[in-house]
This record gives sequence, C-alpha cells and structure tokens, in this order.
Amino acid sequence: MPVEFRHVTKRYAGDLDAPAAVEDLSLTVPAGQTCVLVGPSGCGKTTTLKMVNRLVEPTSGQILIDGVDVARHDPVKLRRGIGYVIQQIGLFPHLTIGGNVAVVPELLGWHAARCRERADELLALVGLDPATYRARYPHELSGGERQRVGVARALAADPPVMLMDEPFGAVDPVVRERLQNEFLRLQADLAKTVLFVTHDIDEAIKLGDRVAVMDVGGRLAQYATPSELLTSPTSEFVARFVGADRGLKRLSLRRVGELPLAMPPVARVGDEAGPARARTLADPFPYLLLLDGLGRPVGWLDRDRIPTEGLLEERLAVPMSPLLEPETTLRDALSMLLAAEVQAGLVVDPRGAMVGMVTADQIGATLRAEGGRTAEGRRPAAAGGTR
Amino acid sequence: MSPGDPLLRWDWFPGHLDEIAFRLAQHVAFTVVAVAVGFGIAFVLALLAIRWRALYGPITAVAGVLYAIPSVALFFLFIGITGLSFLTAEIALVGYTLLILVRNIVAGVDGVAAEVREAAEGMGYGRWRRLWRVELPIALPVIIAGLRVATVSTIGLVAVTALLGRDQGGLGVFIVEGRERFFATPLVVGAVLSVALAIAADGLFVFAQRLVTPWARGQGS
Repeated sequence: MPVEFRHVTKRYAGDLDAPAAVEDLSLTVPAGQTCVLVGPSGCGKTTTLKMVNRLVEPTSGQILIDGVDVARHDPVKLRRGIGYVIQQIGLFPHLTIGGNVAVVPELLGWHAARCRERADELLALVGLDPATYRARYPHELSGGERQRVGVARALAADPPVMLMDEPFGAVDPVVRERLQNEFLRLQADLAKTVLFVTHDIDEAIKLGDRVAVMDVGGRLAQYATPSELLTSPTSEFVARFVGADRGLKRLSLRRVGELPLAMPPVARVGDEAGPARARTLADPFPYLLLLDGLGRPVGWLDRDRIPTEGLLEERLAVPMSPLLEPETTLRDALSMLLAAEVQAGLVVDPRGAMVGMVTADQIGATLRAEGGRTAEGRRPAAAGGTR
Repeated sequence: MSPGDPLLRWDWFPGHLDEIAFRLAQHVAFTVVAVAVGFGIAFVLALLAIRWRALYGPITAVAGVLYAIPSVALFFLFIGITGLSFLTAEIALVGYTLLILVRNIVAGVDGVAAEVREAAEGMGYGRWRRLWRVELPIALPVIIAGLRVATVSTIGLVAVTALLGRDQGGLGVFIVEGRERFFATPLVVGAVLSVALAIAADGLFVFAQRLVTPWARGQGS
C-alpha cells in the first residue's frame, strides 16, 4: 500500500511564530518500498513518522494510506494495522518474548493458539529460535536480540505499512550492521511499505529505496534514490549532509554479494594434509582456508606451514578474516578489512557457511570504476524525485 | 507486674488456648477487611488521580490528613458517630491504609517506562486497555510493596482498637488485659503474636509477589 503525504504541516500549539516541526511536506512512498527519512535533529523526521499512525495530528494537510486519509480511521484501530518500531524498543517487561510478539494479534482478537503459532513463526523469521526464546523475559535478552523481538512484534499481524523510528540506533556498530542486513533480507521477502527514520546518512543510503533528506524546520530538501542523492545533490545543504566523501559513500550502494567472489583453496578439519598441501601450492593464493564440518570458516594456514602428512587439525589454523554477509555494503566491508588489517574478508551465508572471498583490491577496483562513471558527466542530472 | 514476677507464667496458657485462637482469628479478620476495603477505595481514588491528574493533590492531601490523626483520637472520634462497633474500628483502620495505597498505585503506574507506554499506544492499545493490560501489571511490584506496608501497619493498629472494648482489638485485648491486671504473661503473648502475625503477613506478600511477577526476578525491583 502506498503512503502519500499531501501538503502536510505540523505546528505545535502556542508556537505560531516558531518554525514548523514539519512544513508543507508532500511525498509519496510507493507500495512495497522503503523510504528513509534522514536529517539533523529537529528536522521533523520523527514527527512526520508519528503523523502516519496519528500519534501526532497534522495541523494541516492529509496523509493517505492506500488512498484513504488516515484521519478517517479510528486512531486505535488504525495503529493495529501499522507496524511500529522505536529505538528504545519498549518491550513489555511483564510479558514473555512470545507474549510480546503476540500483542497485536491478541488486540485483533486472534485465537490464543493462532497467536502462539504466529509468535513462533516470527521469532524464527528474525533469527531467534522459538524454543529457546519464547518463554524468556525481555530483561534476559541482549540489546540486539531485543531489537529483533521489537521487529518481530511489529510484523506480527502482517501490517502492509511499517514505521521504524531509529530502530537500530541503540546497538553497537557490529550488531547494527547485522540487523541492517537482516532488515534487507526480510524486506526483500516481505516487501512492506516502510517509513524508516534515521540521522545516519550511511544507514539511509544502505536501506532506502528512496531517501528523503529533511532540513531543520521540517522542509524536505531532496527526495531521491540513494544513487541520485550521491551523484546529484540538489542543494548545498544536501551535499554537505551527504558528506564530502560521496565517492566513498557510493560504495554503500554496492553489496558484497554483487561482486564476483573468489574462492581460496579450502579443506575441512580432518582432511588429509598431503593432498590439501599440494592443492594450495598449486594455487596462486598462498593460504589454505580450513572449514569445519558445517562448512564454516575456522582459520587460515600459510601454505609453507601445511604438514606434509597426517590430518588437518583445527589448532593449526591462525585467526580469521572478518566475516561478511552478502548484504554487507562494500563500504562496510572495506572498513572492516582496514580495521582488521587484512587483505581478504570471507563471505558467509546466514548459517555461517563459507560462500566466497572478497579482497580489498577488488573493492578498490570497484571504487575506481564507479568514480570513472560519475566523472563521465552524470553530474548535474535532473533533480530527480524532488518536489 | 512486680519486679520479681517471671515474664511468662506457663500455667496461664492451658486455660487460654481457645481465647488465643479466637483473638488471633479476630486480628486476622480485622486486618483482612481493613486492607481489602482500603485497597478497593484506594484503587478507585488512584484511577481517578491517574485519569485526572489535578485530583492527585487533593486526594493525597485528604488521605494525608487522615493518616496524620493519632489513631486513638480517630477511634474515639468515630465512637460518637458509629458507636462502639466493628464499623468504628474498621472505618479508622481503612482510613489509615489509603495514603500508602493510593500513593503506591499512582507511583507504580507513573514508573512505567515512557517507551513502553509509547510502544503500547503505537501498537493500538486504547487508554483503559493500556492501563489494565500494561501499566497496572508492570506497577504490581510497587503496588504490592504498598500493600505490605499497609498490612503491617494495620496489624499494629488493630491491637490499638482493643481500647474501644472487647468486641474488637484482636491480640490487643491481651495487652490491655495484662496492663489492667498488672500481669505480664498475656501482655507478652499479645505483643509477640501480633509481631509474628505481621512478619508472617509480610512473608506471604513476598511469596505472592514472586508468584504473580515472575518477570521481575533478577531485575532488581
């Protein structure tokens, strides 16, 4: 279902002279797409979000979901049909994880058995084993796990529209990266119409099909696809907000999974050392990657250190390269490689099994290619999508 | 009570076991009625204060005045209105529970984290449903803490109602008797059992809380 803002203005009562929280905002989020609202604090992005489920009422203008003005709905019933995720999550401490996820289905009057089933389904969907988690209480979970529960809870009644207010803002960068990747995987399957608020331009570029950059005073500065935003910002403000390192940021538009992945010589723990050694010596890549029984990377062996006979053992391998997911952006991948001071990162699937290898050189080559493309004059292209 | 008398004369007990049992039961009954009725009234007052915040000041002010009146004075004040009766004792006892209970119910609900409230509202809880299903359950530990204090203080006050006559007073009757007859044994029995009752009641609430709020364990509340 598309969400459309028509000349929406919000002024807080008694504050007629102060700048509006949101000023004459008009934009459309196409059905099934993710629109990220991004901007400095005070730009009205959260207010914009809260007007969709009527936690805040606009001073003027209309918001339409699937062509129907939200003001025509009873606010309480309206909210049950819209997923809502906030930064502080707000799980109910007195309910189990299963109970928390089943909250909206229960409000909608589903049968208890169906609520429980649905809760299990969603926990599995966000990567939490239902048998382990359903009977726990929120305070027993880590920040990242709680945020997953928050997303599961918002998805429980399968709402066509999701509102997410800095949902990954309170977790550490590693967990945030993983949650973002999970969001992308989920969204690829579920295709909800998502309004997502963040103050982090990198997150906006990574997650948004379209990005709405908002300025202080609640004005829409530019509404465009991430690549348009990076290649042709329409104002000083947007250019500055997007940052001087736009070239580097374009790496955020590309994901590890899109690169042709290389494969180093591999062997499993318990394999014969001799043949593995021979294979590695014949390969241009000077290291052997050891995998465990499930295909998950264990560590590297220098080809000169591979025993000539006997079996390959886990203790022979030296520590790992960074693990990347297919959804990891090239920018994040590069920064992880630089941080770990290594040349190669290993790409694994959601179960942790080895998919392939990405090198810093490969990413560098992509960067040069992308830079070349923009230099060829995509510069001041038409102000796409702005209004 | 002359200095040479023993604190307890064990030969007093055999002839008084029935009375001890009766007074203990009476003490429990007065306490249960006072706390139950007090909680009912306090709950309604707290709901009013939560809904219309302006009422909170006046409600706690009145309850505070009730709480500040010395118990003996309050008991005798009501004799003029309701006579020497069960009702007189209960009206005063209930009056004393209100301040603590109203304050703890309101404080418990106020203590619910803002993000929990926002999440509840954003998911489609109406005002009353949110109060019943989210805020009050989360406030339970604080509400039960209020009930513990109210119950223990009521157990102490029930003993004082013995001054109104033998129809009430529970274990306090032994204390009054002991004082009148300069005889230590009933006085000690009354005091010790009344303290024991308070400790038992408190323990019961702790147990009940663990039962009804399993989620609060290990959370430091």
